[in-house]
Amino acid sequence: MPARLPSLIIRPFMSKQTAAPPSAAKAEEQQSSTGAGVMDAPTDVDQEQLKRERDTAKEQQKDRLAGLSPDHLIELYRQMLLIRRFEEKSAEVYVAGKIGGFCHLYIGQEAVGVGAIAALRKDDYVLASYREHGLALAKGMSARSIMAELFGKVTGCSRGKGGSMHMFDKELGFLGGHAIVGGQIPLATGTAFASKYQGTDQVTLCFFGEAAVNQGAFHESLNMAQLWKLPCIYICENNQYGMGTSLARAMSLRDIAQKACAYEMAAEFVDGMDVLAVREATMRAVERARKDYLPTLLEIRTYRFMGHSMSDPGNYRTRAEIEKYQERDPIKLFSASLLEEKVVDEKALEEIDRKVREEVEDSLRFAEESPVPDPEELYTNVYANPIDPSRK
Amino acid sequence: MATITIREALNQALREELARDEKVFLMGEEVAEYDGAYKVTKGLLNEFGPKRVIDTPITELGFAGLGVGAAMAGLRPIVEFMTFNFSILATDQIINSAAKMLYMSGGQFNIPIVFRGPGGSAFQVSSQHSQALESWYAYFPGLKVVMPSTPADAKGLLKSSIRDDDPVIFIEQERMYGQKGEVPDDPDFTIPLGVADIKREGTDVTIVARSLMVPIALKAAETLEQQGVSCEVIDPRTIRPLDIDTIVESVKKTNRLVVAEESHPICGVNAEISAQIMERAFDHLDAPVKRVSGADVPMPYAKNLETLALPDVNRIVAAVREVAYLD
Repeated sequence: MPARLPSLIIRPFMSKQTAAPPSAAKAEEQQSSTGAGVMDAPTDVDQEQLKRERDTAKEQQKDRLAGLSPDHLIELYRQMLLIRRFEEKSAEVYVAGKIGGFCHLYIGQEAVGVGAIAALRKDDYVLASYREHGLALAKGMSARSIMAELFGKVTGCSRGKGGSMHMFDKELGFLGGHAIVGGQIPLATGTAFASKYQGTDQVTLCFFGEAAVNQGAFHESLNMAQLWKLPCIYICENNQYGMGTSLARAMSLRDIAQKACAYEMAAEFVDGMDVLAVREATMRAVERARKDYLPTLLEIRTYRFMGHSMSDPGNYRTRAEIEKYQERDPIKLFSASLLEEKVVDEKALEEIDRKVREEVEDSLRFAEESPVPDPEELYTNVYANPIDPSRK
Repeated sequence: MATITIREALNQALREELARDEKVFLMGEEVAEYDGAYKVTKGLLNEFGPKRVIDTPITELGFAGLGVGAAMAGLRPIVEFMTFNFSILATDQIINSAAKMLYMSGGQFNIPIVFRGPGGSAFQVSSQHSQALESWYAYFPGLKVVMPSTPADAKGLLKSSIRDDDPVIFIEQERMYGQKGEVPDDPDFTIPLGVADIKREGTDVTIVARSLMVPIALKAAETLEQQGVSCEVIDPRTIRPLDIDTIVESVKKTNRLVVAEESHPICGVNAEISAQIMERAFDHLDAPVKRVSGADVPMPYAKNLETLALPDVNRIVAAVREVAYLD
């Protein structure tokens, strides 16, 4: 089956291009954008254009609203807002020195995780990169267990041994945060393999950033998944930057969904700022996976509003660029659609925000008050079948 | 007891464990239709079908990771590397995923997987196809590392490795597949991981050897017997966890230790055993521990150079005589 390549929903942020080698002029243009400290994004924002985009996005989202139950829509909104508030709090306590190590926030990308996971059943699997707090929340893990993990407490979802980048919940099918770029992609291919082997109809969602696409793990996995017909949905969250390196500086063929052609895999470009667009595209992919064990590559175009991690000053992109995407904020867009379609009123939205903030505060109290792991925990969980050297 | 080769013993272990547990499957390059590059998997496709015995593309990182993911979802994969040289491509998944998953998930996801295949020196295939990697894998907590040296050990240890709930690196020796020995007929014959075997008892000098070095150490012990030196030859069989107790007990008896291996000397298993013996049995030593290792060079192709790069009977004999102050 040839890859499906529907038209782009959001304005491409990079020049549309083909797999053909770049012309000399193009190469030169790319060259000139690689100098230290050079901003490779436009510094000026066309306000008229931005407004038109916003309006178009809203009209498209409203079309998708039709027929969905208000409860479901409100739940999607609540989840997105919970992630936003949770991550804002994470940033705050990180700066206060209460969270150690790295901390990669999901702010700006909420519609991707919430929309995609909304298309799943509870027993489906999710695997993710190290930017996974939001995905863990969307899969149903409690804010308490995630915040406690960030605090390195024994009540955390990985008993304080994983931290920000390694959240797990076996019961809920959340199979980790993985911290080597692309490392989770073969793993997810394996859980999909196991579902097919065992004859279940569980599907696997595998989230990774666009920079992971340059890793061999991505290509090796997609090849096997299509070759063996494995029910894995590869979700490329294209937030346009691999740490501080823009896509234009790192990838020859930048329309990532097109790479599925190399494996005869189905693919779609999706607007990652529209939670309902993500949900719909994922539902199509889930159906293919559940019914026919077929994999799909979804390139979901999004933007992270914060730095790569908490220690990233972000001087590789312009304030104007960030502001432009903040105008396309997935939560703002969704609340506007919900209000205009009269699914909710302002008061109801305020009430959701109040409850979400309460939940986050509660998670913080829980994390603060929880005990650290017992020193004996240092040597537990290394082996499932430990071999006692003194047994003889 | 039947007398069979290491190749046949491994084949029996795979067959019996595939038959015993539906969750066990075997994947790797050329394991199915080709019957295995070294024929260890001969006949298994025929018997168990393509669902259980799977030919992979040449994509080591990919199928190693796929195996780990399948283990997370409840299966018990056996992943064959055509040779362990190619496992180097898969080390990210072996080390960062398989070895650490149980720990970093706070005990939620153990990884019952066996990575197996031939390793160590082969016959005149130069540097990239002839090397011993056990010290790499033995370095990492979370992994178990097994290296059999006889058909019975190969069968019993492979069956235990497949039944184990942790990731096991099972390194066969490329030169030893044809070596014959007696193997018990009992289909439930297993050998526990982490237990050394005393291959020959002796009183004067302890020789610790593994894999290819075991038959060479035994030959050296025979030669030394004729010279009036009684050697005890210990095969740890499992490198991690290492049964250091058995070695310590032997050293307490002989007061002298030679450690032999075909791998490079720096940061190797010999170095580790030497350090542990110094910590645990220093007062029992009558001579410094002597290491016999492969040459500290990439493996050459030329037959004469290749021979020089590997320890042989003479070098082990000389080392034993040195620690016994005989020369």
